[in-house]
Amino acid sequence: MRYFLGRGSRIRGLFADKKGPWGSSSGSGSEEESPPDDNKGGGPWGDSTRRGHRVIGGSGMSSLEELLRRGRARFGGGGGGGGGGFSGRPNRSLILWGLVGLVAAWLIFTSMHSIEPGKRGVVTRFGRYSYTLGPGVSLTLPSPIDRVKKVDVESIRTIDLGSEGNSDLMLTGDQNLIDLAYSVRWNIRTPELYLFQLAAPEQTIREVGESAMRAVISRVTLNDAMGDRRAEIEEQVARNMQTILDSYRAGIQVQGIAIKQADPPDEVNDAFKQVTAAQQDAQTYINNANAYSLQLRQRSQGEATAFDKVYEQYRLAPEVTRRRMYYETMEQVLSKVDKTIVEAPGVTPYLPLPQVQKSTPQEKQQ
Amino acid sequence: MTGFIGRRPLLTGVIALIVVLVLLGSFPIVPETKQAVVVRFGKPVRILNRYEPGRPIGSPGAGISWRIPFAEQIVWIDKRVQDVDMQRQQVLSTDQRRLQVDAFARYRIVDPLLMYIRAGDEKRLTDQLRPILGSEVRNELGRVEFATLLTPERQGIMDSVKASLNRIARQYGVEVLDVRIKRTDLPDGAPLESAFDRMRTARYQEAQSIRATGMKQGQIIQAEADAQAARTYAASFGKDPDFYDFYRAMQSYKATFVSGTDGKPPAATNIILSPQNDYLKEFTGRAK
Repeated sequence: MRYFLGRGSRIRGLFADKKGPWGSSSGSGSEEESPPDDNKGGGPWGDSTRRGHRVIGGSGMSSLEELLRRGRARFGGGGGGGGGGFSGRPNRSLILWGLVGLVAAWLIFTSMHSIEPGKRGVVTRFGRYSYTLGPGVSLTLPSPIDRVKKVDVESIRTIDLGSEGNSDLMLTGDQNLIDLAYSVRWNIRTPELYLFQLAAPEQTIREVGESAMRAVISRVTLNDAMGDRRAEIEEQVARNMQTILDSYRAGIQVQGIAIKQADPPDEVNDAFKQVTAAQQDAQTYINNANAYSLQLRQRSQGEATAFDKVYEQYRLAPEVTRRRMYYETMEQVLSKVDKTIVEAPGVTPYLPLPQVQKSTPQEKQQ
Repeated sequence: MTGFIGRRPLLTGVIALIVVLVLLGSFPIVPETKQAVVVRFGKPVRILNRYEPGRPIGSPGAGISWRIPFAEQIVWIDKRVQDVDMQRQQVLSTDQRRLQVDAFARYRIVDPLLMYIRAGDEKRLTDQLRPILGSEVRNELGRVEFATLLTPERQGIMDSVKASLNRIARQYGVEVLDVRIKRTDLPDGAPLESAFDRMRTARYQEAQSIRATGMKQGQIIQAEADAQAARTYAASFGKDPDFYDFYRAMQSYKATFVSGTDGKPPAATNIILSPQNDYLKEFTGRAK
């Protein structure tokens, strides 16, 4: 009680000290007189302030004990010794309740596990594998005893292998080189095996994938690898990978291999393009021959049919038809050409021939 | 006691902490992924969670264990399958051809005590296994021909690499599960270039042969068409060779003097005729 008063007086004393001139303007006479009292140590408020200072400064005790003492004094001043003991108890039980709450929360949070669909919870009791939780909410023992590690078993992961940009060449069975890019799709089949069997599962998949792919590629020819047998190769690699991983008891399921790119190396790409060009050329030859063949066939049939028709008519009146055809033809022919008829047999015409006559003026003009 | 706590709360806390830590340290938790060698004053006394083949996960071994505090130390050793990668090696086959080989081995520490005594820790173990793997691979692959390296039989070679590697690895308490060739490549430079050249020439050869085949097929098709046309003509014209001769002559005259061939008009022609010509026989009025 005294302490509070003392503190209050100190504040008031300070207030008075600072606002001395201001205080005088407000017109309170008793406070106007107090500043000189305070300096002397005569005023009642100023005295209590001084005493408080003396207690702190002059005792010479350690700060911890002083703190304890002050705390004790605070309760003692409030309501006596008994009252002080009683007022300490609710405080302690509050801490206790807090602790209980904390432990309870810890128990709830570490013993209730909600496993999302597609995941499994692998439970280890003191480090030893105990059992695997399915999806849903399940209870286990609290944390230091049981620990749950969630593993995603449904989602399919992809690892890309082979060349991505830089060329990564593989040897084929016929000692050619091929530039392959492929990916492995996999998921976790047995979560506890996946967690506890392999030190580096992803790296293992990577290496096993590469090894299996190269082993299969080394058995097929370049054309097979680039062409129709891709699906077969993919399937075989997946099967080989699964066998190897199972022999490690990896708990991994290989879902499939996808060959994204199977090209000849850049260095020989031109030669491969030439093959394509040659295939086009060959097709061109064949097409041309077919066109010729069709044309010739039609023409021969047309001519033969025409002859047959004429011959049919000719057979009815051979002599007349023959003469008629002869005259018609000669008529057409001779009407279009320059003709010279020489009467006397054995006489060579020395007159300039019509063609010569015709051509000489042209030559002169030139 | 309570008085002591009241008097020395800080010291009490520290002591309690130490006691808890010692207690925790006395009951180590052995996880599924680890084996442990308990060493008492530098002398291995027992093994925790030792790998045994065929034993399912979750069987006794892993779990909570004990040790004497301060006197016993625990050396943790991985129980899982681990891998050791061989550095790229150049292998010379019996027919003096070079090949770059990458291989890896998968192993498991089956005798942690032996491994602890012989190698010390896992890093030193892999450091010792790696060169052995390299030399074994080189030895075994150096005994076969180049072509064999690329065939299915190479897995047989790898099995013998595995066997000989296992003989050495056993001394370290390690079991080799699998040795595999990851990659076999031609070395850069001359061997790679010559392989490219071979591929190129093979493609050119293929291109030529495709062209030749195409040409051959074209010729056959044309010849067949010619033959069939001849057959058609013969069947038709053979009925009266004499008339065909006349008929064709007439067509030929027209083509030569009037309509021209191949769409071109005929060249200008002069014809000198004798009145005795058959066509002009009526000129002289000496009809039959």
